[in-house]
This record gives sequence, structure tokens and C-alpha cells, in this order.
Amino acid sequence: MKHLITLFTIAFLIGCSSSTSPVDDGLENQIFHFGNGSEPQGIDPHIVTGVPEHHILISLCEGLTIPNAFGDGNLPGAAESWQISDDGKEYIFNLRQNGKWSNGDELTAADFVWSWKRILTASLGSQYPDMLYYLVGASEYHTGLIDDFNKVGVKAIDKYTLKVTLKAPTPFFIGMLSHYSTWPVHKDTVLKHGSIDDRNGEWTRPGNFVCNGAFNLKSWELNNRIVVEKNPNYWDSSSVRLNQIHYYPVSNVMTEDRMFRAGQLHVTSTLPSQKCPVYIEENNPDLRIDPYMGTYFYRLNTNNPVLKDVRVRKALAYAIDRKLLVEKVTKCGQIPAYSFTPPGSNGYQPDTSIPFDPDLAKELLNDAGYSEENSFPKLEILFNTNEDHRKVALAIQQMWQQNLGITVELVNQDWKVYLSREMVGDFQVSRAGWIGDYEDPNTFLDLMRPNRGNNKTGWENADYDSLLAKANSTNNQGERYRLLNEAENILIDNMPIIPLYTYVRNYQLSSDVKGYNPHILDHHHPKFIYLERD
Amino acid sequence: MISIFIKRLLLAIPVLLAVASLTFFLVKLAPGGPFDADKAVSPQVLKNLNEAYNLNASEWEQYVAYMSGILQGDFGPSFRFPGRSVSEMIATGLPVTFELAFYAILIALLIGVSSGVLAALKRNTYLDFIPMAIAMIGICVPTFLMGPLLVLIFGINLEILPVSGWGQLPGDKILPSITLGFAYAAYIARLSRGGMLEVLNQDFIRTARAKGLTEKNVVIKHAMQGGLIPVVSFLGPAIAGLLAGSFVVETIFQIPGLGRFYVEAAFNRDYTMILGTTIFFSAMIVFFNLLSDLAAMWLNPRSRDNS
Repeated sequence: MKHLITLFTIAFLIGCSSSTSPVDDGLENQIFHFGNGSEPQGIDPHIVTGVPEHHILISLCEGLTIPNAFGDGNLPGAAESWQISDDGKEYIFNLRQNGKWSNGDELTAADFVWSWKRILTASLGSQYPDMLYYLVGASEYHTGLIDDFNKVGVKAIDKYTLKVTLKAPTPFFIGMLSHYSTWPVHKDTVLKHGSIDDRNGEWTRPGNFVCNGAFNLKSWELNNRIVVEKNPNYWDSSSVRLNQIHYYPVSNVMTEDRMFRAGQLHVTSTLPSQKCPVYIEENNPDLRIDPYMGTYFYRLNTNNPVLKDVRVRKALAYAIDRKLLVEKVTKCGQIPAYSFTPPGSNGYQPDTSIPFDPDLAKELLNDAGYSEENSFPKLEILFNTNEDHRKVALAIQQMWQQNLGITVELVNQDWKVYLSREMVGDFQVSRAGWIGDYEDPNTFLDLMRPNRGNNKTGWENADYDSLLAKANSTNNQGERYRLLNEAENILIDNMPIIPLYTYVRNYQLSSDVKGYNPHILDHHHPKFIYLERD
Repeated sequence: MISIFIKRLLLAIPVLLAVASLTFFLVKLAPGGPFDADKAVSPQVLKNLNEAYNLNASEWEQYVAYMSGILQGDFGPSFRFPGRSVSEMIATGLPVTFELAFYAILIALLIGVSSGVLAALKRNTYLDFIPMAIAMIGICVPTFLMGPLLVLIFGINLEILPVSGWGQLPGDKILPSITLGFAYAAYIARLSRGGMLEVLNQDFIRTARAKGLTEKNVVIKHAMQGGLIPVVSFLGPAIAGLLAGSFVVETIFQIPGLGRFYVEAAFNRDYTMILGTTIFFSAMIVFFNLLSDLAAMWLNPRSRDNS
């Protein structure tokens, strides 16, 4: 026992000895310490679905295009260049001849064909096969209507030429290619550790993992840290200045904030919402508030007897003071939203408006037959348990009570219960958020088409649907945006959803980090990032 | 004693089977499923996913398959983390949780027993009041307050200890161990004081003193053996509680232990992970309770005879 105590004391004393912080050490060795939110589900680009997974995958694998760190659009990735046919339906991608996998194997067009076959293989259970549904025959192959993959619109013309045939001109197709579900996986490695549809194959483990990105997987300690190191076989490895990136799955935002303050992280995944106004007031140089392609909104269940009346839905929307909401409740640079699609998404500017007009709102409610004699029934706002959602819901509750005189009840539920209630339509009003998958208004407007799983409001509109279909079959971007804007006007006029505010990306970034430029989708290719102290 | 040990171990088997069966059906009753996500998956994809994890089979078939799996030591694959088995994840988190619990219990014993014994010996003096007041604070202040407070002082203001991590930076194990250990130290201090006071008033202690034994010998060899029985009885459930309940400390300090898997599995409806960790923790509770009962028996001949 005596020895044990001595040992323990020594261990403690050694522990107390001072050392340089990871941020200082990182600067010297170009090691980027990255707060990554939560433990990633995995790193198989065809299986995973979340944002933390994307942060890791963008360093490990590369699609045909990569996000542009210096502006809109995309830059060449695994494809050096591409040509699009006049009708916008055929894409020829010219792959780089120096493109390699991390194990030194050549990256060829056939690799993309096999990878896309894999994600479209139904038994793999990928959650993002619809990203490729724009290809001829893709949805049919995935749903089992055809079983010959040769009928799907992706072909390897030769070693370095990939031909993709789309069902309709899809102007945002290039943008979609920076989504990880379209990225390649190394066929031999995947098959060595399982079959094409094996979700549980061990090919993603350190030592097994092979991909074509700027970094290699070095180690993965569950719930602790993932380390990636520079990949010498990457086609542009001379541009990569970081030697390693350490990803920390810090799910507690307060812990992450403390880690940043103690010099253990260069960047945080987010910010405790209560600290944001304080940091703004203090002029904290590490605080970043970047534009983000996301909308915070309320879904209205149009199958509900009360909410099926568009006048009621509009009254609810017009009784909300969005400006007050962002200035007094969210308080972190959020922008009041008057459209579903965030304005400026790839040059798209919706001209919709949602007035804050309590008198008009009251009038609409009266028109709908609600008065002092026939009072409006109690309304319920459903949200998942979270202090920030509660604050917003409380403000809306107050505004509706004050401006419309209606009683509102707040119901918070555990995340999965909330999701399942939304899915079966067991709600009146529910809070929601949507972040774009790619840089185009379609990623928002498509959501509200009939039979889309994420619509959840029960709202259907044939004109809206046909306008979207028409917009996505034209190759003229100006005309397309005009049609989408028309559709957006129908949506806002029917109000199955109430947009509240446009998200911003709030996080902390060390001043040592360079090249981590704001990006509307929050995509940051690590080859542009480096560490340097001013 | 061996026969008691074996009997209790055998009794644990039906207990664990009951826990497994009950948990299996309870998790299925919870609304929502493992594949519900913000971006809803299509019915086709959901069907494929359910097929991949045998969730399309009837509840009964799933139950039989699961139980026969665990009898062979296979807890199945995690739903949340494709490519990871539950056994593997338990094996990854367990050493960390054990290490944290070990340091915490060591701190708790060192602080708790010494201050408790001292308080009993110096009854109604400052050496009694001060440690007991601190112990009361330790019992009252929850770990989710104690942790960030220690981090703020030692990590951010004084900059002498890391604020998070486990085995990555020198000294990063100190604050979590103290945070977790302190709450238990407080309980142990009060228990040892109570136990010691009771024993110190007994005849055999008076006899020992009358025989001329030094105070040190009286306390260490005679009084503590009986005085610490309540502490020993407390240790079994305490260790089990430390293992299963370290979630808060693991989250505050970003520690890759089993507690985080356990709680997050419930939020994610990761059925196999919930079951695996519940069964595992149940086994731990049964085992440590048994150990502490045996230790108490060994220390106290009366309870041995009663058994």
C-alpha cells in the first residue's frame, strides 16, 4: 500500500509538470487540432451521413470536384477537367493521370464506376443513394427495377475518362460531386474485408483504410481522437502544408470551449450559445460568424384540422417578429428569414416576403372564423430537448399569445421521439432546420415536393411540383432561377413551413490557422489550411 | 466462504438473463428507431437497413437470435457505428473506465478514510468539524459543477493542468480522478467517522488501551478493522456506481470511457449497444456487491457466522 501511494503521488507530480499546449506544439509541427463535435459513425463515405464524418472524410478522400475555398462553385478534384454537352445531360470527366490511391495504386475511371455501383446497391443500405438518382437508370437499379448496372448512366470510356449521363440537365450536378456519397472507395480494399454490400467490413480501420485524399488515416481511438497524416501519394501533396490533423469528438460544447481556451484546439465545431453575445461584446478575435446555407423554420402540419386553413398558417407566420427573435433571443448573427432558401445560394435571390403585421394576422384569423366567441384552440409546438430550441419556442409562444391571443403549449421530446412524432405526423407545429447538401436552391425546394420523406407537413401543390420539375429540366440558369423563385413564392404563399432565421456558422478559430476561409456549406479542404503565427 | 461465493455467482445467472430479456423488450418499446434521422431515409432504404440488422424479423425471432448470440459471447454489431461490434466497443472503453474508477476510489479512500478516522479520534474539535464540513460540501456539490470549477481554476486560470483528455497530455488524468473521487471521499469520510466512533467506545478498545498498547496500534490494528466495515460494504456498490455512473465526468473531461457509450447508445437507440452495456454493467454490479459482501464477512466474524 505504501508503495502504491508513493507511485500514485509521483505520477501526480509528474503530471503537474508544465508542458507546451497542443496549439503551440501544433504550430511548430503543422499539426491541426480540430474540435469535431461527436464521434463519427464511421469513415465509409457510402455509409455515413453526418457533419463530423464529412470533416474527416474531406481529408481522406476526394471526389471528382472539391469545394472552392476562395469563392463559389467547385474546383477540380480527382477530375482535372470536364465537359458538359449542350443539352446539359452528358458529362465527360477527365481524370488526372497522376491520381493515386493512398497505397500507390492508380486511380481510374473504373474506380468511380464501381464506387457508384456500390452506393446504388440496395443491400448496402446507404442513406444517400438519391444523390445519384439524377443519373440515367440509377434509381431503377437501386430500387431493383433493373439489375444490369451497365444500364446506369456512368461509364469508364478509358482509364482516365468517365462519362456520366443524366436524366435531365442538372445544373447543380457538379456541386453535388463534392458530397462524400459520390466519392470513390478502393475496390480491392473493400472486397478484401467484405463484399460490395458489407456495411460492417473492417476496411475503414487504420492500417486497412485506403482512399485518394490529401491525408491518410493514422490512428483511431474511439471517443478520443482520430489522427490523419499527410498522404505522399496524393496528386497535389506538394500543396499540402499540414503534417497531421487530430480530430477530437467533443460532444459537450462547454468542454470544447474550455479546450479552446486552454490551447488544446485550433478550431471548435460550435459555440455555447450563451457565450456568443459575450464574445461579441468582448470583441473576441477568435470568434467566427460565417454565412451558412441553412434555415431554421417551423413545420406546420397541414393535415391538422386547424392548420389546414392557409389563413391560419399565414396568421401564425405574420405574427412573428423575426428581427426581434434574432436580436434578442438567438443573438449570434443569425439573419431573419423571409424565404425557405437562404438568399444568395449560388446567386439565387428569392423575392418572397413575410410581413410582421399583427393586425393583418389577427384579421386573417378572424377570416378563418376565430373570434372571441369561437376562440382558437390550444396549439402545441413540438421541439427536441435543447435549451436553444426552447428559447426560440418560448419567444414564439409569447408572440402568438400577445399578437393573436392564442394559447400555446411547448412540448419537448427526446431526439428520437421527436423524429418519430414528426415522421408519423403526430404534431401541430414542430421546429426544424435544414442545411443544404450542395450549393443550389434545389437542395431546399426539393424538400417540399410531394412524397419527399422530409416534407413531413402533408402539404402538396401540383403547380409547385411542376415548376420544380420544369426548372430542373432547363439548362438556362437565369430561367431556372426564375422558375424556382416562382415556386418559392407558391411555398411562402401557402405557408406549410414558417421560416424563422438563416443560420450562421458560429465557432472559434485560432489566429494561427490560415486558409480556413468561410464557406457557405462549411466545407474546408485541408490542402488550403496551414498554421502560421502573425 | 467459497460455497457462498459459488452460490451467489450461480444466482447471478438468472438475474442477468432477466436483465437482458427485460432490457431487450423495453428498448423496443421506446419510440423512434436506430435509423431515424433528421434527413429521413426513404422507405426502400429503411427496409434495406432493417434487413441488414435483422430488424424485419419478428420480435420473438430477434430475441431468440440475440440471446443465443450473447450466450456465445457475441453482443452483435453496433447500429450506430457500422463496422464495430458491441464487444469491441466495450473492450475499448472498459480499461479507461476502470482506470478512472481506480484512481477515483483510491483518492476517495485516501482522503475519506484518513479524514474520517481523524475526525473520530478528535471528536468535537476543529479537526472533526472542518473535514466533516468539507465532506458535506463534497456530498452536496455535484460532479457537473465540481468538474468545470476545478478546470476553471487549475486548467484555465493557473494553467497547470490540461482541461480534458485521457492519456494524451501529461497530467490530464488528475482533474477527472479528483472530481470523481471527491464525491465518494465525502461519503467515505462520514461513514468511517461513524464506524470509528462506534468502535472506539467499545470494551475491547478500552481493554487494549488498558493493556498499554500505543494509540497508533489501538487505532490501526483494532479500531479500524471494525470501524471500517461500513466503508467496505459501501465500496461494492460504490465501485459499480463509479463504473456505470462516470458518464458526467467522462463528458466534462472528454474521456473515452464506457459511460459515454452507455448513455449515448440510449439516445441513439443503438439497441445492441444499450443491451450490451446494460448486461455488462449489471454483471459488474452483481460482482462488486458480492466482493464487498465477502470482504465485510472476512472483516466481521459475526456476519460470517450468520451467513
